[in-house]
Amino acid sequence: MNFQFSEEQQLLADSVQRLLDEQYHFDARKKIIASDEGWSPSIYAKLSELGLTALPFAESLGGFGAGALDMIPVMQALGKGLLLEPLATTLAVPAALLAHYADSGQNALAQSLITSIIEGQARVAWAHEEAKSRWDLASIRSAASKDASGQWHIKGEKRVVLHATAAQWLIVSARTGGSGLDRKGISLFLVPSNAPGLQLKTYRTYDDQRAADLVFDLKLDATALLGQAGEALEAIEAACDWAQALLCAEALGVMDEANRLTLEYLKTRKQFGMPIGSFQSLQHRMVDMMMSAEQSRSITYLACDRVDAFRAGRVSANDRSRAVAMARVKVNEAARHIGQEAIQLHGGMGMTIEMKVSHSFKRLTAISQQFGDLDHQLSRLASL
Amino acid sequence: MDLSYSVQEQAFRQEVRSWFEANLPSDLKEKVTNYQELSKDELVRWHKILAAKGWVAPSWPVEWGGTGWNAVERSIFEEEYALAGCPMVAPFGPVMCASVLLQFGTEEQKKRFLPRIYQGEDFWCQGYSEPGSGSDLASLKTRAERHGDHYVVNGQKIWTTLGHYGDWIFALVRTDFDSSKRQEGISFLLIDMNTPGITVRPLILLDEGHEVNEVFFEDVKVPIENLVFKEGKGWTVAKYLLGHERLGTGSLGASRREIRRIQREAALTEHRGRPLLEDLRFRDRLSKVDVELTALEITHMRFLDTMRRTGNPPGAEVSMLKIKGTEIQQALTELRLQIAGPDAAPFKPLSYDGFDALLASVAPRYFNYRKTSIYAGSNEIQRNIFAKMALGL
Repeated sequence: MNFQFSEEQQLLADSVQRLLDEQYHFDARKKIIASDEGWSPSIYAKLSELGLTALPFAESLGGFGAGALDMIPVMQALGKGLLLEPLATTLAVPAALLAHYADSGQNALAQSLITSIIEGQARVAWAHEEAKSRWDLASIRSAASKDASGQWHIKGEKRVVLHATAAQWLIVSARTGGSGLDRKGISLFLVPSNAPGLQLKTYRTYDDQRAADLVFDLKLDATALLGQAGEALEAIEAACDWAQALLCAEALGVMDEANRLTLEYLKTRKQFGMPIGSFQSLQHRMVDMMMSAEQSRSITYLACDRVDAFRAGRVSANDRSRAVAMARVKVNEAARHIGQEAIQLHGGMGMTIEMKVSHSFKRLTAISQQFGDLDHQLSRLASL
Repeated sequence: MDLSYSVQEQAFRQEVRSWFEANLPSDLKEKVTNYQELSKDELVRWHKILAAKGWVAPSWPVEWGGTGWNAVERSIFEEEYALAGCPMVAPFGPVMCASVLLQFGTEEQKKRFLPRIYQGEDFWCQGYSEPGSGSDLASLKTRAERHGDHYVVNGQKIWTTLGHYGDWIFALVRTDFDSSKRQEGISFLLIDMNTPGITVRPLILLDEGHEVNEVFFEDVKVPIENLVFKEGKGWTVAKYLLGHERLGTGSLGASRREIRRIQREAALTEHRGRPLLEDLRFRDRLSKVDVELTALEITHMRFLDTMRRTGNPPGAEVSMLKIKGTEIQQALTELRLQIAGPDAAPFKPLSYDGFDALLASVAPRYFNYRKTSIYAGSNEIQRNIFAKMALGL
């Protein structure tokens, strides 16, 4: 038992932090949001040069073989900086799925895509959520079928595909069998984002990420299929647990920063002739915010540990998912608590777009809705 | 970072678990798991069993009887201790008084008191709070006036836990009555409770249990060699002790045992034709407490790990263990009350064969546990400490 990050892990996170402090301050970020792309290719390239895009891939695939625990310091730094680049999204579900299928040697395309991600060239988006699925991973209506020539025909719609326009490739889920909430029958396809028949309806999310809703009616080569047809759900669940463990770590960075900003504000803002931080009712609320963050940190460690242990074959998928759902319960509660309180303690200023804390609040809100809100995580926990 | 237990740590856990299985008397275990009060004889009996094994005071320096365990081993021990259903070792002697003596006591004081504390020969209690001095402890008024080779103590203490079992009491008293700063002029005295002039009066709590007392001092003579540290510097001692106290108030092992029990009971309790555990409203309440406890277990390990690595005493962040730990304890007593539902009403049998005493303990326990967020520095005081010391507010 040891709760210290290694020197290597800490150094990498420090380099990321330095880069973001220098080049990703509030005004720089504001310009990036207003740009056409909505993210900065040059920042992405620098983060890739630091090694971030290679982190989670196995050494045999050219990566650094980082587990979820290893990723925590870097994810925290990305959270603290409220990053807009399609980095965390690529390293989340897509990285886990590609590694899964490349590792089992089933897919040459996945292997070459990983190489390209590591080099900082390729970005991949995860297109799964649909209009009526509401976080249920098995609730997929998009449909795929194979024609006589061996080509796949896939047709359907997807919602809130984060960084779809930044990605050259999408991993799209569709049913090749079954219906409703059947666990069998879900398949995954690698789709180039410029494929004819793929329409992207793009927008900016409330936390300033770029995203798109997809409408598609496509013909794909047989090689577009990842793994076996109809057998993808377990891999999707594992990848989403990995992604959620990373998301919790990212949330820690956002929460820590919201707390830091709020504490600083309590010490500097004066009313009635004294810093408002000298008022006990505000002090106690600040303490509660700090405790929320610490509890989130602890249980995020546990979730990351179980995700890694599952990959090493030491715990079951059920144990992994339980730990992740527990972490999501706490992190979602804390994200709401800290986000709302940070605004309240900043008073009117916290309501303005000029303060970083309002952006932290929006990001925390978005995180707590991704992959399932508090109630969803609680029902998941009850079912495991 | 590595959250798994090493092979040696797992073996240690097994050793501790097996020893408790073999050596915890079944009548004591029965009483603990059924939430019954233990008599002084029963507490002392268990204390002596642990002392013979050398496990009464793991945190003491090895030369005084400590085990030399590291933070992880101590935490494994505490967890297994609670899961096995061992009676508590009252902390007032082995944890509180001893840590003060080890830090501030003279060699004579250590030699005189520590072995007897270890062997369970003296039962200690704590004389801090007074009727007018609760959270504002430094306003205490109990006076100790120096007369030659002894002090004469007059005043009153309150909330003295197990004071009716006490052989000795360590007390904060005022020795300087003119000091402009209230924290100055307080001294830390060790007082033999058999000294003439001491009266212990029970204070019955809302669950009708007798655990706390008022202690009255009327011209009580205390030899000056029973002063710990310097006269007038008792506040330094008191603050040191508070840090130690907070680290131990989480009761995480006991809460883990309780949550398992609640899961079992809720599975056996029928509600609208289904096990209560499957009722989502109930299930969610339980899940939220489980999540909070699971996180706090790791938070606790993180604090121990930091202390081990830096060699520093616990910082003000440990107030968090007290706040969260007691909130969890209270939530668990409330969940059991909820499981019992209408059956929680029976309290004291008048004429009733086969009265279910266990079920009748559920509501009193819920009432009793409201104390946890009040004692050992109320949770509001803990937030003050956290805000001031850790956040600089």
